Amino acid sequence: MAELRNHERELHHFHLRVAVASVLVLVLFGVLLARFVFLQVVQHDHYAARAEDNRISIVPISPNRGLILDRNGVVLARNYSGYTLEIFPRRVRSLEATIDELAELIDIQPRDRARFRKLLAETRNAESLPIRTRLSDEEVAKFAAHRYRFHGAVEIKARLFRQYPFDYVASHALGYMGRINQADLARLEEEGVEANYRGTDFIGKAGIEASYQHELHGTTGFEQVEIDAAGRGIRTLSRTPALPGNNVALTLDIRLQQVAEAAFGPRRGAVVALDPSSGAVLAFVSKPGFDPNQFVDGIDPQYWAELNGSPDRPLYNRAIAGTYPPGSTFKPFMALAALELGKRTARSTINDTTGYFVFGDRRFRDSKPGGHGLVDLYKSIVVSSDVYYYILANEMGIDAIAGYMKHFGLGARSGIDLQGEVSGVLPSPEWKTKRFRRPEQQRWYPGETISIGIGQGYNSYTPLQMALATAALANGGTVYRPRLVAYIDNPRTGERRHVEPEVLHRVPARRENIELVVRAMAGVNREGTGARAFAGAQYTSAGKTGTAQVIAIKQNEKYIESKVAERHRDHSWYVVFAPVESPKIALAVIVENGGFGARAAAPIARTMLDYYLLGKAPPGLDMPTPEDDVEDDREAD
Amino acid sequence: MELAGIPLRHVARRLGAGIDGSLLVVVGALVLLGFATLYSASYDAPGRVLNQCVNLAVALGAMWIVAQVAPQTLMRFALPAYLAGVALLVAVALAGDIVNGARRWLNVGFARFQPSEMMKLALPLMLAWYFHKNEATLRWRQYLVAAALLALPVGLILRQPDLGTAALVATAGFFIIYFAGMSWRVMGAVAALGAAAMPIAWNFMHDYQRRRVLTLLDPTQDPLGAGYHIIQSTIAVGSGGLAGKGWLNGTQAHLEFIPERHTDFIFAVYSEEFGLIGNIVLLVLYALLIARGLMIAANAATLFGRLLAGSIALQFLVYAFVNMGMVSGILPVVGVPLPFLSYGGTALLTLFISIGLLMSIQSHRKLVQT
Repeated sequence: MAELRNHERELHHFHLRVAVASVLVLVLFGVLLARFVFLQVVQHDHYAARAEDNRISIVPISPNRGLILDRNGVVLARNYSGYTLEIFPRRVRSLEATIDELAELIDIQPRDRARFRKLLAETRNAESLPIRTRLSDEEVAKFAAHRYRFHGAVEIKARLFRQYPFDYVASHALGYMGRINQADLARLEEEGVEANYRGTDFIGKAGIEASYQHELHGTTGFEQVEIDAAGRGIRTLSRTPALPGNNVALTLDIRLQQVAEAAFGPRRGAVVALDPSSGAVLAFVSKPGFDPNQFVDGIDPQYWAELNGSPDRPLYNRAIAGTYPPGSTFKPFMALAALELGKRTARSTINDTTGYFVFGDRRFRDSKPGGHGLVDLYKSIVVSSDVYYYILANEMGIDAIAGYMKHFGLGARSGIDLQGEVSGVLPSPEWKTKRFRRPEQQRWYPGETISIGIGQGYNSYTPLQMALATAALANGGTVYRPRLVAYIDNPRTGERRHVEPEVLHRVPARRENIELVVRAMAGVNREGTGARAFAGAQYTSAGKTGTAQVIAIKQNEKYIESKVAERHRDHSWYVVFAPVESPKIALAVIVENGGFGARAAAPIARTMLDYYLLGKAPPGLDMPTPEDDVEDDREAD
Repeated sequence: MELAGIPLRHVARRLGAGIDGSLLVVVGALVLLGFATLYSASYDAPGRVLNQCVNLAVALGAMWIVAQVAPQTLMRFALPAYLAGVALLVAVALAGDIVNGARRWLNVGFARFQPSEMMKLALPLMLAWYFHKNEATLRWRQYLVAAALLALPVGLILRQPDLGTAALVATAGFFIIYFAGMSWRVMGAVAALGAAAMPIAWNFMHDYQRRRVLTLLDPTQDPLGAGYHIIQSTIAVGSGGLAGKGWLNGTQAHLEFIPERHTDFIFAVYSEEFGLIGNIVLLVLYALLIARGLMIAANAATLFGRLLAGSIALQFLVYAFVNMGMVSGILPVVGVPLPFLSYGGTALLTLFISIGLLMSIQSHRKLVQT
């Protein structure tokens, strides 16, 4: 009986424990219920939004970049669609191992690896980076078959690449493209346009590609895509198409450009040719150039090192950033200043019987020993008398010279539509005060004025400025803002915006004075220092040769070209416009270390004028039509 | 109607013998919800639904067989099953396969399995049998032995390391001891001691275990790593709202934001598509299942039956609570499937054997009394 009661008591205890367990069930399920109500009712909106955020991704659609054309509609820069093999660095454990595995499938050269490493170092937050570009169809197919092995860490992407059919030609005008780096990003943010650059990897870094970046870029489109957890697009929910960039038509004549660059050959220097009636740039040469195609998909470090390390400085835009003393090409402007300021007339002469000018205890030598004899203004330009201009400069004084020359735009940025233009130096006492620190350096010495008269001394101008000044002589005294772009086309609306000529300066000069100087410059090409280069020309032209000293020659030393190291030889200048009656083209040529202007620079100008005015292409010059596409540049390097 | 000369009604009666109708209905409802959710979660691998059908058939067969066996017969398996389980755990410790840094799997040539899984049944069976055998002389010594019997396999499982399974096996054993009448005071003392030992346990924890705990406390600390599961499943549950997004319309699930969506995180899929209403239905079904289990325990004829049924019923509670708590972000991520809904043959088999045990205890309650 006791045992039975005991049993009943135990059963009672057990039922009590079951009851406690039931309470536990209710409590725990109550906790869960409370949690569900909290998540699904109280916080529902929050989580619904987060699920939506998860689900929808805004995918930018990069616009097609606008084309760059020359003045005749020849395509200078365009886009082609190419396949790239891209690695997602954040999805791989070992980059090297992944690349090694890829190399078993697809040809990956050491230069591809080097370029990839450079990209990786430069662009920290990129989603994916190309290890190989311009895949062939077979390579695409081969990778597609083995794609699964890489678990989404390597993908093929179709991208548009910039292509420059003329390779090196006009490279300093066109510029090049490069990956958007931190500095670019900061600038885009400053300009408030970074949203329009989402999904864009490349940006113009130099030349027209940079200065017309926003015109060329277009408007980025957007796609709302439903994505899965791996970020793969499942379906498109909505789409705002990208609007292509505007096409930019240059004032350049690519044929003239080719003629000029061919005539230049391997020498260093620059040519700027302008339409004197508008400031439109017809040819824009800076030699050596570079192949902008090499920059398109991330430049090969070796090529980059070559460009940067070369003593010829191929990335240096000599036409707008190189400054040189103008040498004797300065004389026509000096002559006009003298006429305008009443310091000289057409008939006033000097008698140069010694071949030098003495100032204080210094002798300023003429290139012709023994002197030119009686020299008037006409002769001073035709034979390029130094003594005439030594005396003139001394009489005019530095302030008058500087005051007059600034009307030609010398020593000031022209505002050409390219980045990287420098101002050069139009020397004056004010300039010296600003330029130097020590008082004895800041002082202007009268002796310094004398070499200014023949374009030496502190004179330092860009080839562009010399071309502008020459164009002003050609058009009767107007300095236009130089520009490379003729018009901009909106490919969708067909709207065309012309860039109108803009006057920068008007040179205060009477017509007869300009005509006097021009007549002398025509004499240069007929019977003077340019006569040899222009022998037999079927058009009239007005030119001036010049020689800019690279090293100073000591008082009693003689400059003997053969004894001077190549890099210390004089620069060869030539400025010209033609035809004299109705000028169509004005240009300035400089050949670095080319020696006498008449020998190196003038023949280049002659070749260009022959082509531009007569359509005469120099024999033996291979002028590929732009339709001859260069399919693969890999072989070319 | 006759089948091969035997009246069909007779066949039905034979098949239905020992089967508890109300349990079967509740479990059937859960399984149906499970299939609906699994179908939705398996849009990318439809074969899973068919596989689960096969698993279900096997599990139902096992349940039926177990339901036919009398508890006295079951008791005979208690000691051998326990010993075999412990032996296998030792074998795992010595020669198990290492997966994800843990030595849990035993390779038996044709297949691999986790001996810890069978301990979920073998330990309560063993303890229930032990208490039943010593029913007349229950003293503190018996509770100590029971505790030792519990500690041995749990310790072995902890060493693998498998914190989740160890906890589940330990609770299954603990429920037996609880129902066997362990004094409240001792339990309270042990609980207090356990709480005090937490910081010490922290020192012995593996890095990934610590991470799980830390991640629970603040999932945003590691949103792409360990916190990802919790964040995404919480979003799924929360975005389900009151009525859910509708069957097959869960974006979190269908866009693969929910990891393990067929197995441990299937509740996220269910909750996203059926909402709060669906969750309440599920809670009610589990509550009914546990209530029926506790009722069977209360009515059981023997101590063995009472203890085993009570432990099984509370195990359902633990599984359901831990799984749903984990998915909704109030418990750490441990490998616990949602009973009857998660995909997986082993779990389903264990669950249906448990149901079979309950049915056996229920249908044999009078037989023993006579």
